[in-house]
Amino acid sequence: MVAQVHEMSPGSAADAKPSPGGGFLLENACHRDIFTAEKFSEEQRAFYKTALDFVEKEVVPHHKEIEVKAEGLMPRLLRKAGELGFHMIDIPERFGGLGLDKTTSLLVSEAIARQGSFSVALGAHNGIGMLPLVFYGSDALRNEWLPKFATAEIIGAYALTEPGSGSDALGAKTTAVLSPDGKHWILNGSKMWITNAGIADVFTVFAKIDGKKFSAFFVDAKSPGLTVGAEEHKMGIRGSSTCALTFEDVKVPKENLLGEEGRGHKIAFNILNIGRLRLGVAVMGGAKRVLEVATLYAKERKQFGKSLTEFRIIQQKLADMAVGIYTAESMSYRTTGLVDIAASRSAKDDPEHEKHLQDVLEEYNIESSIMKVFGSEVLDSVVDDGVQIHGGYGYSEEYAVEVAYRDSRINRIFEGTNEINRMLIPGTILKRAMKGELDVLPVAQEVQQSLSKAQSPIPPLGDGPLAQEVQLAELVRRATVYVVATAAMKLMTELEKEQEQLTLLADMCIDTYAIDSTVRRAIQAAKDDPQNVALHEAMATVAAYTIYERALARARRIVIELFPDEDQYTRAMELRRLDINETLPLFPLQRMIAAKVIEAGAYPLHYLR
Amino acid sequence: MKILVTMKRVTDYERKVKIAPDGSHLITEGMNFVANPFDEIAVEEALRLTKAHGGEVVVFSAGPKDAAQQIRQGLAMGADRGIHLLTDKELDSDAVARLLAKVVDQEKPDLVILGKQATDDDANQAGQLLAGYLGWAQGTFASKHEGLEGPEEKAQKPGLAIEGGKVHVVREVDGGLETIALDMPAVVTTDLRLNHPRFTTLPNIMKAKKKKLDEVTAESLGVDLSPKVKMLRFSEPPARTAGQIVDSVDTLIHKLKNERKVIA
Repeated sequence: MVAQVHEMSPGSAADAKPSPGGGFLLENACHRDIFTAEKFSEEQRAFYKTALDFVEKEVVPHHKEIEVKAEGLMPRLLRKAGELGFHMIDIPERFGGLGLDKTTSLLVSEAIARQGSFSVALGAHNGIGMLPLVFYGSDALRNEWLPKFATAEIIGAYALTEPGSGSDALGAKTTAVLSPDGKHWILNGSKMWITNAGIADVFTVFAKIDGKKFSAFFVDAKSPGLTVGAEEHKMGIRGSSTCALTFEDVKVPKENLLGEEGRGHKIAFNILNIGRLRLGVAVMGGAKRVLEVATLYAKERKQFGKSLTEFRIIQQKLADMAVGIYTAESMSYRTTGLVDIAASRSAKDDPEHEKHLQDVLEEYNIESSIMKVFGSEVLDSVVDDGVQIHGGYGYSEEYAVEVAYRDSRINRIFEGTNEINRMLIPGTILKRAMKGELDVLPVAQEVQQSLSKAQSPIPPLGDGPLAQEVQLAELVRRATVYVVATAAMKLMTELEKEQEQLTLLADMCIDTYAIDSTVRRAIQAAKDDPQNVALHEAMATVAAYTIYERALARARRIVIELFPDEDQYTRAMELRRLDINETLPLFPLQRMIAAKVIEAGAYPLHYLR
Repeated sequence: MKILVTMKRVTDYERKVKIAPDGSHLITEGMNFVANPFDEIAVEEALRLTKAHGGEVVVFSAGPKDAAQQIRQGLAMGADRGIHLLTDKELDSDAVARLLAKVVDQEKPDLVILGKQATDDDANQAGQLLAGYLGWAQGTFASKHEGLEGPEEKAQKPGLAIEGGKVHVVREVDGGLETIALDMPAVVTTDLRLNHPRFTTLPNIMKAKKKKLDEVTAESLGVDLSPKVKMLRFSEPPARTAGQIVDSVDTLIHKLKNERKVIA
């Protein structure tokens, strides 16, 4: 067994020192305890159950009406969700909310995500629509509006993107000018792709004061001069409202400025940090539903006189889907656990708590970007497999999997495209390394030294059932640290331009977090979920070998691109010392995982027990 | 008015139950557990009754440590307090009924409402046995007169009517509904069409943590828990054999008459 030190221990928050953001690069893989889905409290499971019951009984049955935007239905469903307290989760107690931890909040989001359009509408309301107010509103604004958000008496939305500025969010052209009497801001400009625009009562609008100072404003939808455009006809999430907004001399009360003048970028980025975290978790809910739908279909559909589930190629797809979900789940709740433990260092009733929470979310923004990218891509591959299992039927609108396929695609685009997030991951790591906040350089030196020696770079890290996987996780971590540091030293400031390299480096960082989180979780399952330990181990083994193999290939590619001429051979030789050459047949494990999926008719590790 | 309701921890009815290879028992490892849906209906009915008439709802469960989760679910729905009879033994309906009778002696409720059956063993006996042991009137399979689509359910009215020391129960019986009046105290068991149980709201889940939940070891009540019903063997229902397609009604009648001999 690998020696365990606690990354965190819920309950003893005071003395637990959580890993810093990006900390997964710094220390030997798999040697500290992490937060996992197996550690949810009874209360967290109860919240999840309520959300699951609600979405299955009140939302999914209205699927067809939701998708054609039946008049008044979405606001009605949001108000029903309000009756159950879903919008209160992220509202601090002193404003009448529940002020719950992020794990609970995101666990509920995961359940809600079983209906794509509703999930997006709900997230635009109580996430990006409401959180700017929670974090930056004056007490007067918060006291007035948050109770109405809680019941969904009013519905919120977030207006950042413009026709000319998407990924380049700060390039916004909408302006705000103080009125001559100093009582109002006068907004002019336009916004694009605004979720909930057609049903929203209030908007958080980003505009530049005097064309320069990027700032955020809390705007009443009924303000004269504010026009909501026609509904966009979208590829997916068709039941959620998406429109453009036009501002023509829209008067906004002076006190509705959120935060400070010229600090809007802070608001935009912090809201994106939490949005990415949330999206990373929500996509798993969608993926779990697709796995259920696909498994059910595969069990019933017969070809050549056999159920599809009896064909190994279908079994392998089901196993791939489950392993993808398991990996995303391991990363997601590890991250929410880190956020919660760090957030608990300030008391919830402290008026500064929300500020502290933002710092924490910023601290873990590398992990949030990782979850967003990895999760949205897992979902895309799950829906793709889902359609494929359905064959021709999967191409028909009559089948839920067709809807899920279309709904999935937006996740790689909004909350920062996956490309933008990929640039951010190594970018942030290196920025922090330069500032001395994330000590990757000594780690890189140590890895470099051990790689230049002839013998195997790392001794075995234990002898438990997953010792080999721990070794793989450590090798991936070392390879990642090595390529990140090598690229940084070779390219220096030029690295920023080398977007192909940054993409590969981001993928290596994602893989490091993925393999480490997955293997650690499976090790802990021996204690936390003994009944399912064989399944955990199979999932972790399949994930670990798959990730390890692709990570080494990527590392090699990075080195070859970095040193097209002279050094390529030496560097590739060094990397070869990370190759343990031992591997394992994975098909039997995939079949075992598939059997569990088929037996459960669903993702086989259920939170309710 | 005091109402005692049951909340049994059962295996998730949406998951397939596995049978041990030798047929000696059911495999519950790795299963999900939920509250018996009929018991959720019982809790809902009790809450609607006390809302209309005032009083207290006490949730009861007998089972292992984890059964506290299901009691707390009842508390989160709105019940006032819980009683957990701790035991790791497999209890049959008779043991549960005798345990409940002891609790009734102590609590003296005006009404005991149970699910008509639990979705794990589907025994459908505990309520009837309890009424027998207590010598109380019983109204089983309680339903709602206009069903679940009518205005009464929309207004979240109770299906049981309490008037002048009697409880009126609309029962689902073969071929329709019958209404009976029971002298209180009485035992009522709930059918599926009595009400739609409410969702537990998040604030109420948090409040439930602070509600009183008494733990008592089942053994301390002096009830013999050894099962009266012996499980001999578990087996899967036989797989359905393939059907045949016949070309006419006449052939169908001929086959039913002569081959299957199910009609004369």
